[in-house]
Amino acid sequence: MNAAGPSQGGNGAPSGGSAAAPAASVGVVSPDATRRGAVTADEALFQYLLRLGDTDVILAQRLGEWVGHGPVLEEDIALTNVGLDLLGQGRMWLSYAGEVEARGGGRGRTEDELAFLRDGGDYRNAQLAELPNGDFATTMARQFYFDCAHLMLLRGLARSTDPRVAEIAAKATKEVAYHAERSADWVIRLGDGTAESHARMQKAIDALWPYTGELFAVDAVDLALVEAGIVPDARVLRDPWLAAVDAVLMESTLAVPTGQWMQGSNARGGKQGVHTEHLGHLLAEMQFLQRAYPGAQW
Amino acid sequence: MVTAEQRALATVDQSVAPASTVAVVWDALGTVPDPEVPAVSIVELGIVRGVALRGGRVSIEVTPTYSGCPATEMIETMIRERLAAIGMPDVDIVRRLSPPWTTDWMAPEAKAKLTAFGIAPPHLVVGRVDVAGISPLRRAGVVVPCPRCASPRTRLLSQFGSTACKAQYRCEACLEPFDYFKPH
Repeated sequence: MNAAGPSQGGNGAPSGGSAAAPAASVGVVSPDATRRGAVTADEALFQYLLRLGDTDVILAQRLGEWVGHGPVLEEDIALTNVGLDLLGQGRMWLSYAGEVEARGGGRGRTEDELAFLRDGGDYRNAQLAELPNGDFATTMARQFYFDCAHLMLLRGLARSTDPRVAEIAAKATKEVAYHAERSADWVIRLGDGTAESHARMQKAIDALWPYTGELFAVDAVDLALVEAGIVPDARVLRDPWLAAVDAVLMESTLAVPTGQWMQGSNARGGKQGVHTEHLGHLLAEMQFLQRAYPGAQW
Repeated sequence: MVTAEQRALATVDQSVAPASTVAVVWDALGTVPDPEVPAVSIVELGIVRGVALRGGRVSIEVTPTYSGCPATEMIETMIRERLAAIGMPDVDIVRRLSPPWTTDWMAPEAKAKLTAFGIAPPHLVVGRVDVAGISPLRRAGVVVPCPRCASPRTRLLSQFGSTACKAQYRCEACLEPFDYFKPH
């Protein structure tokens, strides 16, 4: 979707849109623009809603990949039910994003157009969500990190001055609280399990750690919305998140990662459209039907 | 097929005061089963949040149970079909998110119906310990009695069951697996 504007499609990838795209059009916010702070309120809200919706949709797609591959039938069902909750939440965020895009004079895309007709560089999900499932421990570690951060973010969003944001977040909070309980459960069971399960969970916790920093990094989009009371400041969520993660890892007999280096810092991460090599492969599968048969419906 | 009773109701719809028409609509909605848990109606489930008449049209507020509930569209279709059958084809369905649905809105009689259907009904959410941090489920300490033999000796198998709104348990007394409608 070149028309979505100049994107940052990873290192050196073609930007797709014209470099001379009108700076004022909604949805056209490059990392450079967000660093300069040149965003209107609706542009910022549109971008932020894409970040929320895209992260939900991409992680839902990853969880859906477990269909038929779960270690046991019950967990197969559980993983996809968590994905279903996230997909439902993602639909609400993307629908609202389309409305915000429309009221700003933009194209007003539908949830389906946003999900199925944007290329990787236009996606705004956190990188953590797009990482491959790996083994069951990796999937649950990814879910645990994400669920804890997601829950704290949603609790803040439920107090948003934007009533639509507040009501979607209040709805999602109840579902995500349950997700967090479940993923914490699995981190403890596998961490404090057999030597094999402990080793695999520790490996997953360590490998995914550098992708957690992005969840608490802010750029001009965040700051504009924090100022307006629409979203919480993600930076202040990190300490409570760390405390919750520490407590569960301690009970799991797992070591808390200590590395300071983080992916996606300095406003150059998934939320600004800079992704890992994994996103394109995921989208190729997720978007295939709409790309091959435009407008196809069930 | 439209029965004589339904035709009578349709006639009533044209002639009586709005208050009783609203009551007729509530009664009709009370016969629409939840597609995934047909033992209870959508009214007993607590997802019908309001009925009003506006300019000759029936307006119904419905709230989803879970954000991704795949039954949402089907429930709306069933509402339209039910009301059309009693002569009310002009229906607006409004999806309402706030306040979010809770199992505490479930009618008391629905809980008995769930048990008879083989589903353990939800505990009350009110009063449940809500920690600021993250609490693994196994710390919850909730006893879920078996809906078949009433034994309290049951065990959580999986946090999710046949639908997003249920968890899966097994009874250690009668050995039957069963669904538990999660408090939400």
